[in-house]
Amino acid sequence: MNTYDRWLRISAVIYRYLYLYRRSVTRAGEIVFWPVMDLLVWGFLTLYLRELSVSNAILFLIGSLIFWDFLYRSQQATTVAFIEEMWSKNLLNIFLSPISVWEYILGTCLLGLMKSLFTAVLLAALAWFCYAFNILAVGPMLIPFVLSLLLFGWALAMFTMALMLRFGQAAEALVWGIPFLVQPFSAVFYPVDVLPVGLRVIAYLLPSTYVFEGMRAILINGETSWSLLLIAFALNAVYLAAGAAFFAWMFRLVREKGYLSRLGME
Amino acid sequence: MTSPPIAVESLCKHFGNVQAVDDVSFSVKKGEILGLLGPNGAGKTTIIHMLLGLVLPTSGSARLFGEEVAFARQKLLGRVNFSSAYVALPSNLTVRENLLVFARMYSVRRPERRIDELLERFEIGQLAHRVSGSLSSGQQARLSLCKSLLNEPEILFLDEPTSGLDPDIADKVRRTLREIQRERGLAMIYTSHNMPEVELMCDRIIFLSRGTIVMEGTTSELLERAQQASLEEVFIKVARDGQIRDVASEPSPSGDQA
Repeated sequence: MNTYDRWLRISAVIYRYLYLYRRSVTRAGEIVFWPVMDLLVWGFLTLYLRELSVSNAILFLIGSLIFWDFLYRSQQATTVAFIEEMWSKNLLNIFLSPISVWEYILGTCLLGLMKSLFTAVLLAALAWFCYAFNILAVGPMLIPFVLSLLLFGWALAMFTMALMLRFGQAAEALVWGIPFLVQPFSAVFYPVDVLPVGLRVIAYLLPSTYVFEGMRAILINGETSWSLLLIAFALNAVYLAAGAAFFAWMFRLVREKGYLSRLGME
Repeated sequence: MTSPPIAVESLCKHFGNVQAVDDVSFSVKKGEILGLLGPNGAGKTTIIHMLLGLVLPTSGSARLFGEEVAFARQKLLGRVNFSSAYVALPSNLTVRENLLVFARMYSVRRPERRIDELLERFEIGQLAHRVSGSLSSGQQARLSLCKSLLNEPEILFLDEPTSGLDPDIADKVRRTLREIQRERGLAMIYTSHNMPEVELMCDRIIFLSRGTIVMEGTTSELLERAQQASLEEVFIKVARDGQIRDVASEPSPSGDQA
């Protein structure tokens, strides 16, 4: 198996969706519509709060929203691609081809990256145009922050896909639900200090918390905290390893129990 | 000595207390079509899925080209393919897009010509730019067969490939499959509930019931040994009784095995 063969198989997963987006306005629109709607709602809320003489710091809400959307898209693009194969009864065709599960997951993750980047650039441009919010103000830390969120999104996606493998379409609510399960504890729109002490423990176990805290620190006083970034990446490594191990365990389990064949024809 | 393309030895699969496959052994030679027959739940699909690495055996071995599927799955899957009436291709992609995606998955270099050839061979070339979801079941079945031949497989697993096709199209599909099989010396495992089709297509047949092999041979051997007039009758007998009186395995009056 050479690298080019590997790349062909991974790119097959990406092409499968690019063909679709090229022809389907509604599907392509979905990448743009929801994030833009979010940005508009939160952006106008921010403007309103500013009129009420609340600190300009609330503009950070827009930065948080763009960052949050990046994490959400990275998890969602991956898992939606997986559930779509289930809906179209195509999963068996994929698992019976020479593509390995890891190549398949990598393909869906790269698709997620492409969609997330596209959305993030669009939102950043709109935020600058509509609300004079410059995401580049975060500076060079922007790239590692975004990368950290992307990795966490992939880790969450692996847990979600593993559960879908085991429970089939009964688990499809997780595709949309899991990111919102971590959102309240990730200090997305408010600092960790706002949370009750007990919940802060959970917050500090999530890599996303350190990214949002780090972003706020830069926007408020220009302070770059490398330690926050380091903790985020260390936690991401743990979550990615755990997600991969959990997925591998579930994949073996469904092959032992025969669920994989049933799943492909559900 | 080269290993047969497909070799199954003492294969068993339990799902909890259910014995889905029990001590099954057989092999398929290059250029041979083996029919796996039996009532629903007899273990046909479980055996095929173990040969494709989708289901892990409880014990025994399932080998393709002499290699254990459970250990070399990814490598082996590049040399085989599969088509089933119950597995679809993405309905929101066109016929050509679907085939291009799978050509990549099977690492097919310059797939356009191959795709055109297969579409023409299965007489769906004019549908190349139609969305798969808008095709009739017969057209979808032919598309699935095109997908299954993209990588020029050496082994083909066909699960009721003509299910839902009208007799004319089903006949064309059978002829095309036979032609391709002869040209390339493909080994095939074929399942169908259409007994006349099995007679036409298969060189050898295995009847399964409750996870075990109850009879094995060519059509004429099976009819003679089961003392039935048609495969349909053999099938019904197996389905209703779970076994069949095999005169070949009964002691002859002299006490010798026939």
